[in-house]
Amino acid sequence: MNITEKILARASGRSNVAPDDVIFVNVDKIMLHDVSGPGVIKVFDKLANQGIDTSKLHDASKVWVAEDHFVPTAEKISAENIVKLSEFTKKYGIKKHFKYGLGQYGICHTLSHEEALVSPGEVYVGGDSHTNTTGALGAFACGLGHTDIAYVLLNGEIWFKVPETLYFKLNGKLPEHVMAKDFILKIIGDIGTDGGSYNTMQFGGSGIDQMSIESRLTLTNMTTEAGAKNGIIEADKKTIDYLEQRGATDLHEIKSDDDAEYSKIFEYEASEIEPIVAKPFSPENITSVREVSSIELDKAYIGSCTGAKYEDLLAAAKILKGRKVKIRTEVLPAAISIYKKAIQNGLLQIFIDAGAMVGPPTCGACCGAHMGVLAKDEICISTTNRNFPGRMGHVDSQTYLASPLVAAASAVTGKITDPRDLN
Amino acid sequence: MSGNVIKYEMDNIDTDVIIPGTYLKIHDYNELAKHAMEGLDPDFPSKVKEGDFMVAGKNFGCGSSREHAPIALSTCGIKAVLAVSFARIFYRNSVDGAFLLPIEIDEKTYKSISNNDELKINIDKNEIINISKNETYSMKPFSEIISKIISAGGLFKYKK
Repeated sequence: MNITEKILARASGRSNVAPDDVIFVNVDKIMLHDVSGPGVIKVFDKLANQGIDTSKLHDASKVWVAEDHFVPTAEKISAENIVKLSEFTKKYGIKKHFKYGLGQYGICHTLSHEEALVSPGEVYVGGDSHTNTTGALGAFACGLGHTDIAYVLLNGEIWFKVPETLYFKLNGKLPEHVMAKDFILKIIGDIGTDGGSYNTMQFGGSGIDQMSIESRLTLTNMTTEAGAKNGIIEADKKTIDYLEQRGATDLHEIKSDDDAEYSKIFEYEASEIEPIVAKPFSPENITSVREVSSIELDKAYIGSCTGAKYEDLLAAAKILKGRKVKIRTEVLPAAISIYKKAIQNGLLQIFIDAGAMVGPPTCGACCGAHMGVLAKDEICISTTNRNFPGRMGHVDSQTYLASPLVAAASAVTGKITDPRDLN
Repeated sequence: MSGNVIKYEMDNIDTDVIIPGTYLKIHDYNELAKHAMEGLDPDFPSKVKEGDFMVAGKNFGCGSSREHAPIALSTCGIKAVLAVSFARIFYRNSVDGAFLLPIEIDEKTYKSISNNDELKINIDKNEIINISKNETYSMKPFSEIISKIISAGGLFKYKK
């Protein structure tokens, strides 16, 4: 079995599973946030009206809650949602509630690795499509809707169809100005936004072995944009070290068996991958950065679970150090722990000296919520994950998806810019 | 089950156009319904009628896990979405929450059905009858578990 099948077999109490088997699996970790949380509360209310017992959770210790989409609270409704969320965690005894303005908080998918909330080999479900992100730690991580999350909270299990696995092999180390973001955009361009539908996307090869955990997280994060059920990378020593540094214990490496089967193998040479952007209005609409270098921009956005991890900020700072931005530039570190590290290492000073604005951790404008949404006809280069019509604001705004290096280089020139072409 | 068709002849209709991100903070179903399809067709809520069907191309509902998407469509009156394929979370949200039926059709059926056609759908026979055109098509049968969850009336009513 491959790693996904091994995890699902263990969690369903079977010795073996194969693609297309329909199974109920025991869930190890569950996440909700300020959008899916109130959605789940609504489901609980409906269930209570139908006489279904919602008085206690299957296991509150497995649950954690993030506040990220509409925080700091954007207006009255989002403020009320945050209050509801606090009432919910108090009522059900959920201890891990990362409240904004109260110690560590940030984007849910960022907290999952920053706080080592999920371990290799676990089944983790979250009320958010980018839950796939955490699969980079060697877990089965999958996004679900409100009804399904409510079901897991009350029953501790959920049904899945065992997915087929697409294997993406990266040979060699990515070149200096190329990031994991360029690689995953390239893959989505090749297979399309439904190219991974219902499947697992697993990454491996020497290029992945050499890659940092944060870069791996960028890959699994955007498996969602290819429609995948989950993205996954075998846990290795690097994974274990990363999680142990963040307080996790009793961790084990987990690998596919030698005779594991994959429905298709895609092979990439790292040296051939270039800086890439996805043009409006789809993550699959890719081109090399140099092809679109005449596009004038209104704004650069460096944020989100995809593109505001510490390493992403470091890449942007490398470009912005000693330079000035020519267009509005927002930098929103994805968690307070990252924000703090960026202060300690002088990154925030670099951003502010360059003329950029530094904001709080939030999903913010990535999902068109608040904190920098786009006006009609505005054109933005963004380190985020989606550029569907209206994703970041007005339906006639445009978003180009790019790596933090490309976004920062473009902020300096005001046009889409390959970092290799910056003076 | 019968009703009229509202057809969007396009692939990849994503959750950001079905219900834009700014409305994710809303959990009142009727309020969400007012903004259904706003990113693509702001007139949708005023033209849809109870019992209507939506018809679209490949990868319907791609994007986010927001259950707001099937909720907004079903609260507007949509009973089923007929598409060439569906994104996985939209599909399971529709079924597990018992909001609407996600029905997979082939390319030929997708092309044959026109906007405003009157359809009659017979799930037990996997049959779609186009009353306006006097044609009959077949739908892709639901898998065993999906079929059972639909018959039960959603995941919470389904008994393993």
